[in-house]
Amino acid sequence: MIPIDFEYYRPAAADEAVRLFQQLSSQGKEPVYYSGGTEIITLARINLFQTRAVIDIKGIPECSALAFQDQKLVLGSALTLSRIYDSNVFPLLGEVAAGIADRTSRNKITLGGNLFSRLIYREAVLPLLLTDSVLLIAGRSGVKQIQIDRIFDRTMQVEKGDFVAAAMTDLNYLSMRYAAVKKRKIAEIDYPLVSLAAIRVDGMIRLAFSGVCAFPFRSRLMEEILNRGRQPLKSRIEEAVGQLPAPILSDIRGSAEYREYVLKNVLSESIRELGGA
Amino acid sequence: MEDREGCQVIVNLRVNDEIRSAVARPADTLLDVLREKLGLTGAKPGCKNGDCGACTVLVDGWPQKSCLVLAVEAVGQWITTIEGLKDTPIQRAFIEQWAFQCGYCTPGFIMNSHGLIQHHPNANDETIKDWLSSNICRCTGYREIKDAVTSVLKEK
Ligand SMILES: Cc1cc2nc3c(=O)[nH]c(=O)nc-3n(C[C@H](O)[C@H](O)[C@H](O)COP(=O)(O)OP(=O)(O)OC[C@H]3O[C@@H](n4cnc5c(N)ncnc54)[C@H](O)[C@@H]3O)c2cc1C
Ligand code: FES
Ligand code: FES
Repeated sequence: MIPIDFEYYRPAAADEAVRLFQQLSSQGKEPVYYSGGTEIITLARINLFQTRAVIDIKGIPECSALAFQDQKLVLGSALTLSRIYDSNVFPLLGEVAAGIADRTSRNKITLGGNLFSRLIYREAVLPLLLTDSVLLIAGRSGVKQIQIDRIFDRTMQVEKGDFVAAAMTDLNYLSMRYAAVKKRKIAEIDYPLVSLAAIRVDGMIRLAFSGVCAFPFRSRLMEEILNRGRQPLKSRIEEAVGQLPAPILSDIRGSAEYREYVLKNVLSESIRELGGA
Repeated sequence: MEDREGCQVIVNLRVNDEIRSAVARPADTLLDVLREKLGLTGAKPGCKNGDCGACTVLVDGWPQKSCLVLAVEAVGQWITTIEGLKDTPIQRAFIEQWAFQCGYCTPGFIMNSHGLIQHHPNANDETIKDWLSSNICRCTGYREIKDAVTSVLKEK
């Protein structure tokens, strides 16, 4: 049983959701946007999530969009990870999403919920970072379009009361060569030891990581080193791993030393696969 | 859904082709409402954390872990619990293939397998494995469960 009580709202439009958020905030109800709800429910059950009102965004048309518009793919933030995988419209995102949790949970977990997850993994952000995707953010001043790397810095940095309605990705990226590798400790369903997504754009390989440090990231500096064609791959990898943006995680899934070993192997495999050796 | 006395609401759910009403808190999960308010105890509580799949039901035909769904969220959707399946091929196959021992995980496995068979009548091994990995069984070796699913798929 969830030990806290909250009110449940299901607005039918983005502006209505934003207005509700303001109104409930001013009543001291600390509202939250509710998408798949899997994290809100599981954390609230063990008293790690507090709110007195949830605003379900699944009834908002923009949030469930799956459409092609002006040379862009539009994916609503309330689409489930299973729906994205089954549609096969964005194979890299579909494959990364299919590595998260298990199939039945993915019938409920949504794209937006994963981007804003309190857990450190947020793996669905990796393909969006690699493809310079643009997020549609609904807030008090209407809907803004912001490139993801301008608002994702370890976590999503949106203003209080704003929510992500959809992500837009240039169609050109959808057919580019990519690699997606997720290594877990033992089980087939688990958080990552190392999760890597990579894409080859105009001969250059872009890479983004989850599970390596305490947040997901894409590093331009590491990409610059890893794409130096004349340097042997092994030495590029050594140098790039020395430029990680934070210490390597050490936890029950793997020590920092083991993660580093796995990371180097995964880098080597993926770069070879994308013709960057 | 109607407001009633602050934290309680009347939830009208479409379960197994019937409209069922319950007074519940918006924070009550579908699993708790099915079991405690509607007397449908087929969906089993296991981890209540989305890990074990014992609570699986179908929502609009798709398997969902009912411990990860709020009852209020499911208003307007078609919910099917194990009580709503009557002598289906997958139920018969579970008996014929010895796909259960204690039976605690069985309703969840059957609902997930039924969803799989409806959506992927030609499912390959990879898809079967992907879907069935959502559920945990502490007694069998999983082999018998997979055999039950493949025997129904073959018949189709
Ligand atoms: C069994 C299991 C295994 C898992 N394994 C992995 C894994 O391997 N890798 C991984 O990355 N994750 C994993 N997760 C975590 C999971 O991905 C997140 O809990 C999930 O993504 C939350 O999605 P949701 O749609 O249910 O979010 P919700 O519970 O609805 O919301 C989560 C948070 O995001 C906020 N939010 C939701 N949508 C929006 C929006 N559109 N705009 C602004 N804020 C929003 C909510 O307010 C809340 O704070 C796992 C979860 C489970 C249950
Ligand atoms: S009780 Fe719902 S997944 Fe375990
Ligand atoms: S038959 Fe006992 S848990 Fe599966």
